[in-house]
Amino acid sequence: MRAHVYKRNHINTDEIIPARYLNMDKEAELAKFAMEDLDKEFVSKVEAGDVIIAGENFGCGSSREHAVWALRGAGVKAVIADSFARIFYRNCINNGFLAIECQGVSECIENGSEIEINVKDGKIKDLSNGKEYTFSALPDFAQEMLDVGGLLNLITKK
Amino acid sequence: MGQTITEKILARHAGKDSVKPGDLVNAKLDLIMCHDVTTTPAIDMLKAHGITKVFDPEKIVIMPDHFVPNKDIKSAEMIRKIRLWADEVGIETFYELGNHGVCHALLPEQGHVKPGMTLVGADSHTCTHGALGAFSTGIGSTDLAAALATGELWFKVPPTILFNVTGTLKDGVYAKDIILEIIRRIGVDGARYKAMEFKGNVIDALSIEARMTITNMAIEAGGKSGIIAADTKTLAYLKDRTEGEYEILQSDDDAEYEQIIDIDVSDLEPMVAFPHLPDNGKAVSEIKEKIKIDQAYIGSCTNGRIEDLRVAAEYFKGHKVAKGTRCIVIPATTDIWKQANKEGLLDIFMEAGATVSSPTCGACLGGHMGIIAGGEKCISTTNRNFVGRMGSPDSEVYLASPATVAASAVNGYISDPRKAVGE
Ligand code: SF4
Repeated sequence: MRAHVYKRNHINTDEIIPARYLNMDKEAELAKFAMEDLDKEFVSKVEAGDVIIAGENFGCGSSREHAVWALRGAGVKAVIADSFARIFYRNCINNGFLAIECQGVSECIENGSEIEINVKDGKIKDLSNGKEYTFSALPDFAQEMLDVGGLLNLITKK
Repeated sequence: MGQTITEKILARHAGKDSVKPGDLVNAKLDLIMCHDVTTTPAIDMLKAHGITKVFDPEKIVIMPDHFVPNKDIKSAEMIRKIRLWADEVGIETFYELGNHGVCHALLPEQGHVKPGMTLVGADSHTCTHGALGAFSTGIGSTDLAAALATGELWFKVPPTILFNVTGTLKDGVYAKDIILEIIRRIGVDGARYKAMEFKGNVIDALSIEARMTITNMAIEAGGKSGIIAADTKTLAYLKDRTEGEYEILQSDDDAEYEQIIDIDVSDLEPMVAFPHLPDNGKAVSEIKEKIKIDQAYIGSCTNGRIEDLRVAAEYFKGHKVAKGTRCIVIPATTDIWKQANKEGLLDIFMEAGATVSSPTCGACLGGHMGIIAGGEKCISTTNRNFVGRMGSPDSEVYLASPATVAASAVNGYISDPRKAVGE
């Protein structure tokens, strides 16, 4: 998986999916505009399975889950950030979408690097130089939601 | 050990004697607020999972506001879908056009919010309602779907930061300036995942509406919720609006706060948050350059209430909006619109060359009703000035109080509301 690295803090939901597209709510539609106000080229660069790496407080701002859907629709497999804004993080968990908090990682991994994530062991490996980074394992309930594919699946299962 | 109001509310709704920060609880919800943008996906999710009922139609309130009156075909379809679904599941409280308004202004105004309750809304500024002593937080659409189906949600009990706001506010300085100053001090992630509790003689002296301006922006510091203990003013506000019981809770004297921040606002000046983050605040006297503005926007869930319009109108009396500047005034709810009309405020705005629209979120989020072009600057009473928030990614938004925005509209550049306006 290739890393798209944005060495910036406070990347907000208005940048991830601008409000002018909130009259849509399907992943495939939203995907066309993912990250548009931050990086116009993003959708042409991203390939299925890629990851986004960013600084502190990723996803701050609006509660729009459209931000998660736009990224997932565009093929993004996971977001790794120094830290996440609360609602965005919650939305990721609820969608069974991988959001990994790993302090300092945005400073260390270069844009375009190939990386590997091992969720179970809590490890990110930068294949370009072999360096490894550790993150604390997901909370049990988040792991459970990841396994069943989100909160609603969990509820209906119960 | 003592507990904060937030911990008490969450404990009661989770069926526990006490909770502490970091505990994961399943809390029962007293109220769920839905608006146009985030509700349609929740409806689709419920349907996809074969869920045809909501847990309690009486605890659910629907208030389309972002794109009303319908701004285009897609939003019209979205809102129609919500209307049809509300009928299917028997939700009666649907604020249709003509009784509509911006959700966080409308919900308390119409008496839905009570002290001690747990409420969630699929909108980040749901933290506003903590001004009445409730635990209130923003959620996404999946959470909304789960909440609608089950009437409960998982929460991690947040640690609380206490803001003790003391001193005396100078003339021309308002609640908006206080919260912009707090966010400037702690940063846009200074209260990430945390509850922000506000108290002190300055908070006591504020009206309920002004308190809402403060809790509204808790999310702009990353907060999970903002809360102010209910007092006699709260009771007076609720008296004509609500029926039924509620419980007034206070934080214990020995409650454990993660941090206590004392803020003396006696020297506080009107604040302006520069692009592109709400924590980029400057005192108005620090602004040396003349920043010409293309648009002034007065409205939103932060500052679109009647008191805000009264303050703004003072600046337009006998003055005109500066040539080359557009001024848009949007009363946040229908009742506010009517009241402003009754008091002659709408005439004052229109005479001054501003325009007044029907209640809507409108341009606050760059939806409609005043989108700004690349290269343009807007001074706004709203709560966010992110890149592209009110239109083009090449535009700029400055946040300020209704007084500062109105004074700037008359002068055509960002101005100190304490100085005389107009030529
Ligand atoms: S007025 Fe602005 S901030 Fe408030 S709910 Fe509407 S879009 Fe959100």
